[in-house]
Amino acid sequence: MAIRWKDYSGGESYDELITPSGHARKAARRAVRYISSLSDEEWCERRDAAELAMHVMGITFTVYRKESGIDHIWPFDIIPRIISAREWRTTETGLIQRTRALNMFIADLYGEQRIIRDKVFPGELLAKSVNFRKQCIGVRTPLDIWAHICGSDLVRDRDGKLYVLEDNLRVPSGVSYMLENRLVMKRVFPELFEDVSILPVDGYPTRLFDTLASLSPRPADYPTVVVLTPGIYNSAYFEHSYLAQQMGAELVSGTDLVVKDDDCVYLRTVGGLERVDVIYRRVDDQFLDPEVFHADSILGVRGLMRAWRAGNVAIANAPGAGVADDKVVYAYVPAMIKYYLDEQPVLPNVETYLCMDDGQREYVLANLDKLVVKPANESGGYGMLVGPFASKAERRKFADLIKADPRNYIAQPTLALSTTPTLCDGHIEPRHIDLRPFILSGESSHVTRGGLTRVALQKGSLVVNSSQGGGSKDTWIVDTENP
Amino acid sequence: MTMLLSSVAEHVYWLARYIERAENTARIILAHNNLMLDMPRRIAIGWDPLVYVMGSMDTFRERYEDDGERNVVRFLVSDRNNPNCITCSLEQARENLRTTRAIVPRSAWETLSDLNDFASGNAASGIGRRGRYAYMKRIIDTCQLLAGKLSGTMSHDMSYEFLRMGRNMERADMTSRVIDVRATNLLPKQTDELWPFVDIQWKSVLDSLVAYQMYRRHVHLSVRGKEALRFLLQDEEFPRSLHYCLSEVGCCLHRLPGNESPLRVLGRAQRMVSEVKTGNIVKAGLNDFINALQLVHTELHDQLVATYFQVAQETA
Repeated sequence: MAIRWKDYSGGESYDELITPSGHARKAARRAVRYISSLSDEEWCERRDAAELAMHVMGITFTVYRKESGIDHIWPFDIIPRIISAREWRTTETGLIQRTRALNMFIADLYGEQRIIRDKVFPGELLAKSVNFRKQCIGVRTPLDIWAHICGSDLVRDRDGKLYVLEDNLRVPSGVSYMLENRLVMKRVFPELFEDVSILPVDGYPTRLFDTLASLSPRPADYPTVVVLTPGIYNSAYFEHSYLAQQMGAELVSGTDLVVKDDDCVYLRTVGGLERVDVIYRRVDDQFLDPEVFHADSILGVRGLMRAWRAGNVAIANAPGAGVADDKVVYAYVPAMIKYYLDEQPVLPNVETYLCMDDGQREYVLANLDKLVVKPANESGGYGMLVGPFASKAERRKFADLIKADPRNYIAQPTLALSTTPTLCDGHIEPRHIDLRPFILSGESSHVTRGGLTRVALQKGSLVVNSSQGGGSKDTWIVDTENP
Repeated sequence: MTMLLSSVAEHVYWLARYIERAENTARIILAHNNLMLDMPRRIAIGWDPLVYVMGSMDTFRERYEDDGERNVVRFLVSDRNNPNCITCSLEQARENLRTTRAIVPRSAWETLSDLNDFASGNAASGIGRRGRYAYMKRIIDTCQLLAGKLSGTMSHDMSYEFLRMGRNMERADMTSRVIDVRATNLLPKQTDELWPFVDIQWKSVLDSLVAYQMYRRHVHLSVRGKEALRFLLQDEEFPRSLHYCLSEVGCCLHRLPGNESPLRVLGRAQRMVSEVKTGNIVKAGLNDFINALQLVHTELHDQLVATYFQVAQETA
């Protein structure tokens, strides 16, 4: 395609691949040269090949619609997002530092609560937290780790720096798309992989299994690890079954498990009951155990919390870990890093205003047209206000919401999310993106090489969520120093 | 590590039963279709025996007043009130496969998905006379293709035994139902008028179970009630005879843990089939015999459920 990079512009946003003067950034140089060499026809061929591969591989996410079946293919863009290995090394350090602090924070909250006693974190916040589980107080988890799998969302602002936007500590999803996107790219652009030194991603399922296995209460050669899914109507069911398959673990739903009088968890198999050591649960806390949480939940297992508290089974992420997955708690992460680790945060937070603070709330209410307002405990991009794009009525509505429940809202400046070249209707145009790397914490820590890049396919849109018109891209960590 | 979840075993078992059910239903419609074309107009056999074979007469009566061809075929092909209709069976098969995709080869999923779309998208042509043959043939052939893919590409581990058991339990069920409805109607007081057509009716019974060609090959007799019955019940080599289906279930059970109770029930069913004198029941008591056999079949199914699918359910 005769791309004139000089005419390509992401506006005031930072572009991941192309400099403002229209040149390729260093790590992207070879890829951009290659991209420029393809004709329109070749682009269409590659795009069709990618689509076909997705179809054949059965990569879907689930949206339940009675008429049209439930499997849909998530849009995939074939132009990779590229990050240099040098930048990634620092990012990795920052992510591991962050999850270490978060895990110490969760363990502290359910333990001695030193951070509250030392007045670094306000105790009243805990009282109003919807994800703090009283049932977990006093529990010691294996290795004192609560959030074994963390998905942190990173965004790059106009200054070119990566910021952490949020940490997903409940049941973060998306890693299967990261893995499958790479497989698709290898099929579609094999020649590029020979030319460029791209760090591999496919070790993730093994690392995940090792992380889970390291939590087993019974030291054994081969612990029984299961993936607990809410079932086929869950939007991430594809991922649940994919990860189970890749790890060689059983994919189970609540009815496959039973807790006996010995407070151990068992699998119902045709040969009788088999003890379970580790549960990688993709079911929300509230549905895990009808004995303790929602009594009418049919997704969970009666007695599971008993077994977990007794230390007879490990659950990842641990029940209650979501307490740190709260946008108000988020604002305190830099303070946590200093408090627990006595280190400076490597990765910065996005500047955040807490509406519960009188002064900060005044500022937020006065600047609603410039800010993004988010509820503390929603995910998937729901229930938020993007000030600059909102109507007056919407801003008024949010002003009322904030005044009624200040603890539940935070506000952040509207970021100019970075862009990257994306194939749109046969043209290459800039589209906004974010990045979700996954951090595993067990006996050792591991960060995915890159992560899942989500792209807002609508021109100008900043919303990347799969449920709201987003797509995804392959993410390349490119080593230019050791090719 | 060979561990098999009860729920997965159950899904696989039902997957096989539903595929087999769709195939069998298509086949009895085709066989009946052929028979009707051969019968003189004045002799009305009607289409209602097919509804009896499926054991769905009550549901049918609630929906239709007239048991003519069109209603019966629609009821068997795509009436959503009939959970055993072809399109519903295939849909059930797909739902069962959806949750067992980890152990069933991907290409089987694709084939079943395609067949599902075809069956529901073209139901109208299957109901109409003109397109009926092509529709039923596609259903039958694709079900056979699926069986082949599963047999040729899936590991023959414990999960495969459940697939085999499901298939053979369903076959045994269908064979006994066809004998029950079709044969008993043929046997009593043959009027002079019907007499010339008894042969082709017996042939049609065999046809509904794809047994005619094999019958001719092994029995060497023209088709007669007693011999046909013996073939369908007791033949040791024909894969849809009751004897054969039950032996297959036995082979599967022998490779599974905790098989004593199901084997005991199976043994009873096998004895019933092998000890019955077909010459005697042809004269009287075929109905009673088949009813007794169906009861044991149900008991065997319940025993499989209790032994393998409802492990430790008492705590639930």
